Amino acid sequence: MSGISQEDVAHLAHLARINIPSSELGHYAQQLDAILNAVAEVSSLDTANVAAMSHPVPMTNVFREDIPGVSLTAEQALSGAPAVEDERFRVPRILDEE
Amino acid sequence: MAEATMNYDEAISKFDPVLGLEVHVELGTNTKMFCGCSTVFGAPPNTQVCPVCLGLPGALPTLNKIGVESAIRIGLALNCQIAEWCRFARKNYFYPDMPKNFQTSQYDEPIAFEGYLDVEIDTDEGRKTFRVPIERAHMEEDTGKNSHVGGATGRIHGADYSLVDYNRAGIPLIEIVTKPITGTGKYAPEVAKAYVAALRDILRGLGVSDVKMEQGSLRCDVNLSLRETPESKLGTRSETKNVNSLRSVERAVRYEVTRHAARLAGGESIVQETRHWHEDTGISTSGRPKSDAEDYRYFPEPDLLPIAPSREWVEELRASLPENPAVRRARLVADWGLSEIDMNTVINSGALDLIVEAVDAGVDPAAARKWWTGELSRIANDRGIELEELPVTPAHLKRLEELISAGSLNDKLARQALEGVIAGEGDIDEIVKARGLAVVSDDGPLLAAIDEALAADPAVAETIKSGKLAAAGSVVGAVMKATRGQADAARVRELLFEKLGVSE
Repeated sequence: MSGISQEDVAHLAHLARINIPSSELGHYAQQLDAILNAVAEVSSLDTANVAAMSHPVPMTNVFREDIPGVSLTAEQALSGAPAVEDERFRVPRILDEE
Repeated sequence: MAEATMNYDEAISKFDPVLGLEVHVELGTNTKMFCGCSTVFGAPPNTQVCPVCLGLPGALPTLNKIGVESAIRIGLALNCQIAEWCRFARKNYFYPDMPKNFQTSQYDEPIAFEGYLDVEIDTDEGRKTFRVPIERAHMEEDTGKNSHVGGATGRIHGADYSLVDYNRAGIPLIEIVTKPITGTGKYAPEVAKAYVAALRDILRGLGVSDVKMEQGSLRCDVNLSLRETPESKLGTRSETKNVNSLRSVERAVRYEVTRHAARLAGGESIVQETRHWHEDTGISTSGRPKSDAEDYRYFPEPDLLPIAPSREWVEELRASLPENPAVRRARLVADWGLSEIDMNTVINSGALDLIVEAVDAGVDPAAARKWWTGELSRIANDRGIELEELPVTPAHLKRLEELISAGSLNDKLARQALEGVIAGEGDIDEIVKARGLAVVSDDGPLLAAIDEALAADPAVAETIKSGKLAAAGSVVGAVMKATRGQADAARVRELLFEKLGVSE
């Protein structure tokens, strides 16, 4: 049992900036719990002799030389921005009024 | 608003300070850490960006080899161990200056760890060495730059909205974190400053960064906590950000000691929080509380492969490290026969490397020091530029010194020749020729000029004869003027005294 609580779901939703109505927290808690339990079945295997893996390709030290390549123009870079001012991305107020 | 503080000496008599310093250094690579965008400072906004550093969907990072190499060299210079295998991690949070919504950083597998840096400070018992333990140095990337619009102050508080330039996003950063620094007692501010200064010198010596604190390529966060005695457990710390000059590092530590002490003595607790340093008022103010932002959900970066620096590569980089600045300083003090004070003057004027170059090119150390810390420092200062930006080379100084020791230039003429170099008039010999700079070595014209000067001021000869030799100065001055500075002043003096039949 992983035991995801409604508070956990609310916290994760906040971190991910997803708006979940409190009436649905229980619903998602149950679903997440079920998913985690399914994945947790892996723990029943004996992995004592298996190295942890973070990448499927057994390669290391893949580098790029420090030589400038092609960048976008400001026009291209800003073409998808919802709002632009002075060749910069315009974003809403960052801090709420205190 | 300013908070209550306690007198520093009283605070130190009651509490034991513990320091922690986090330094971010922007590397001087040609390209960003994970893409080929240029890092040149001052480009028009959003012109050094691409799908990778803008966080566009599907874009994949590629790792800058020089970024990794610089990180290893920094680690080695700080006496660290270099990881045999390590990965990048995603640090997840939302902020407009970070378009990917995560910062590519390193978490529990830093490339360098367990090092130290010895720093020297002046204490009541003379110069003393403190060993600053270093926890780790890891690789990450810088964010974009916000500018805030609206509101009274142009600051983030009260702004209507913000504008973001991502040219800086993705520039390689190395974060260097100390372990808690204990045992400094009242010298905590001085140790903090000496550490950042020593670190800056090392980074400059490595050539990995331009380490300009005022331009933000070296940034320091100061952690401080107090405890009742060195045996007590660590107190709650505050983290002061935006401490961007050496002087501010010292002041911020001192301020936080006095602020913590006042709170603790008043029975209040310390809030674990981020604080902002204000250079103008010399105080810090509360920023955000730490607890809210700490949930970064780090996980290994799937789009970058692990780094496993071979021991051969590490040893190759170790062998290429420059001499440690502190060791080098001690060696040069001995080689050049300087006092510590002379050496401080040299270092503070930024002339050390230039003097070393000149000496290597065959200029006498005393002469090289005289030019770089004297006349050339003055000129650079007047123009508001760095010494190394002057077009004066070791070869110029070498030729100048040759002409001075041959007696064909005096100091004054040599200065004029240097002015010519700075004005782009060519090499020393060309300038000497073009400007007609040469010491008048023939006594004839000098005697004529002396006669003229004496005729112009008939009383002065009698004054000198009566024993007031200082009066000779005005005659020598007049002769120098008449010869446009091209006379040898000592020879003029000799000739004058001979003529008047007085001896010195």
